[in-house]
Amino acid sequence: MSAIEVKGISKWYGKQKQIAVNSLTFEVKKGEVFGLIGPDGAGKTSLFRILTTLLLPDSGNARVDGLDVVKDFREIRNRIGYMPGRFSLYQDLTVEENLNFFATIFGTSIEENYNLIREIYIQLEPFKERRAGKLSGGMKQKLALCCALIHKPTVLFLDEPTTGVDPVSRKEFWEMLGRLKDQGITIMVSTPYMDEAAKCDRIALIQKGDILAIDTPENIINSFPEKLYRVQTEDTGRMLKILSEYSSGLYAYASGEYVHIAFNDNLISPQEITIVLREHISSEVSPEEIRPNIEDCFIHLLRA
Amino acid sequence: MKQFMAFVKKEFVHVLRDRKTLLILIGMPIMQILLFGFAMSNEIKETKVVIVDQAIDNSSAKLVARIDASEYFDAEIRDLTITDFNIEAAFKKGDLKILLIIPPSFESHILHEGSAQLRIIADASDPNTASLLTTYLTSIIQDFQKDNLSIQTIPYNIEPEVRMIYNPQLLSAHNFVPGVMALVLMLVCVMMTAITIVREKELGTMEVLLVSPYKPALVMISKAVPYLALSWINLITIVLLGVFVMGLPFNGSILLLFVESTLFILTCLTIGIFISNITSSQQVAMLISLMGMMLPTVLLSGFVFPLENMPKLLQWISNVIPARWYYVIVKDIMIKGTGFMDILKETLALLTITAFFFIMSIKKFKQRLA
Repeated sequence: MSAIEVKGISKWYGKQKQIAVNSLTFEVKKGEVFGLIGPDGAGKTSLFRILTTLLLPDSGNARVDGLDVVKDFREIRNRIGYMPGRFSLYQDLTVEENLNFFATIFGTSIEENYNLIREIYIQLEPFKERRAGKLSGGMKQKLALCCALIHKPTVLFLDEPTTGVDPVSRKEFWEMLGRLKDQGITIMVSTPYMDEAAKCDRIALIQKGDILAIDTPENIINSFPEKLYRVQTEDTGRMLKILSEYSSGLYAYASGEYVHIAFNDNLISPQEITIVLREHISSEVSPEEIRPNIEDCFIHLLRA
Repeated sequence: MKQFMAFVKKEFVHVLRDRKTLLILIGMPIMQILLFGFAMSNEIKETKVVIVDQAIDNSSAKLVARIDASEYFDAEIRDLTITDFNIEAAFKKGDLKILLIIPPSFESHILHEGSAQLRIIADASDPNTASLLTTYLTSIIQDFQKDNLSIQTIPYNIEPEVRMIYNPQLLSAHNFVPGVMALVLMLVCVMMTAITIVREKELGTMEVLLVSPYKPALVMISKAVPYLALSWINLITIVLLGVFVMGLPFNGSILLLFVESTLFILTCLTIGIFISNITSSQQVAMLISLMGMMLPTVLLSGFVFPLENMPKLLQWISNVIPARWYYVIVKDIMIKGTGFMDILKETLALLTITAFFFIMSIKKFKQRLA
């Protein structure tokens, strides 16, 4: 039995029936870390809310831990842990009070499941008298994770848990998710950060309510069909303009301090591109071939 | 039960840690009572009245003395011609509310013609005060007439003997203390309860509470408990201030007042919960509470404007305003000292309103986000 089974789930809003989630079907296996990767407005939060029984789907059905999200919503609420995207805890309660409160509401106590949260809570313990509103962003997310975990859920839903958190804390946060997975908890996590995708067992790339691809990060990268080169430049705008005027057989986009150029090497050769760039930009540019990352795959899928 | 206690404890922490709001909630009734009691009193006391005495004779002197002696007026005499005293300018300056002109030969007119005229000019930009002042002044003049001229031939005389019961001194405290009680309890219960529940929605904590085994209906109830406690504190403060500072009598049963007040508090809490169910932002919740509840409470409960003088339609509408009934209950218990049977109708009205909003809240209640 899968931890999460989604069959043809759709959700639309308003009179215009604006599609938020478009007939999605997928499964999440037990003990898996499943990533939902997509930009803001892709439908991630709507999907989360349907699976956590907070929204009714307009069509299709879904099961979490074998229970129907519409019919058995009460039982599901006993079993899952959920950390919403804008979850900010109770700012005027201390760390310990927040944790105690959520433990009691879920019918348990900190002591009972302490081993589950110990590694996270140890970092928070020095600040346990501090009010949640006075914690740093990373600390807040750790506390929120503790609160979502305290009742030992079978499935954990984390909606953009690392948005607005510094890179070091983000890294720590993902290490914690790895340890939770070792405890057998199924985790469904969404993120707009492509670099975090590689840390999931399987990912779904999602855009405007549709799944563009769903596989292991490795397979998704391997299925990238084109050649990918990158060039370092100081004038990204100019380079992108030149490349777009040069040929329709390639596409280029900025990625950090580089410009990524993807093309079909049956139509265009890397040498041609080098020549064009040296002629128009500078004799020193030298494109190098790279292995695509998830972001490159995402951009490729968006164009397809 | 353990969960419920933990939730209520959390709510108390919210209320107690928000010092500023707490101070306002506790301080508001005290301030309102003092404000209504001392600043916004509509009793007339030692009001300045300018008397232009053009007669300067025996009768006019007697009349002036009589006006000055009354506790309502403080006479200031300007004699001679009007020309050196600009009436309009004095009124425009604002410190003069009423003016009395005694024309020349006042006494000789009375004695020889059997009738004399006086002119009263009042500043009616505040119509209530103006009519009160003229009434008082006219009655003094009538007394004067009766005393001085009873020797003259008046065929018969009807003398009404007026007795004001329950509030013989016509103290305005009898009116506003019950009004302030209704107002404060309404404010604390309706607005604060609505805001505190909607705040959880805004913070995103409501989502987590929904996705928990804790029953969402219990969330509402637990959040209302601290405001019930706060309302009791306010109730006690107002009653104590009313009795010991404002000199209000307490003729009825304290227990009955407490029970009826608790019923009113529950009515307000249900309305607050209902508002929180139909709104999703704190601003909207506050606006609905203020416009939808506070305004009708002030205008239509009979505490500022007498209901009897209103158009039939407004009188009808006032029936669904809980404060209108509570206001009568408090007045009856505290001032008249009536028992439960006499306020049965009002109690039933409150119960009906509570039941209505309770059922509506349950109907509007969402187990999910949308």
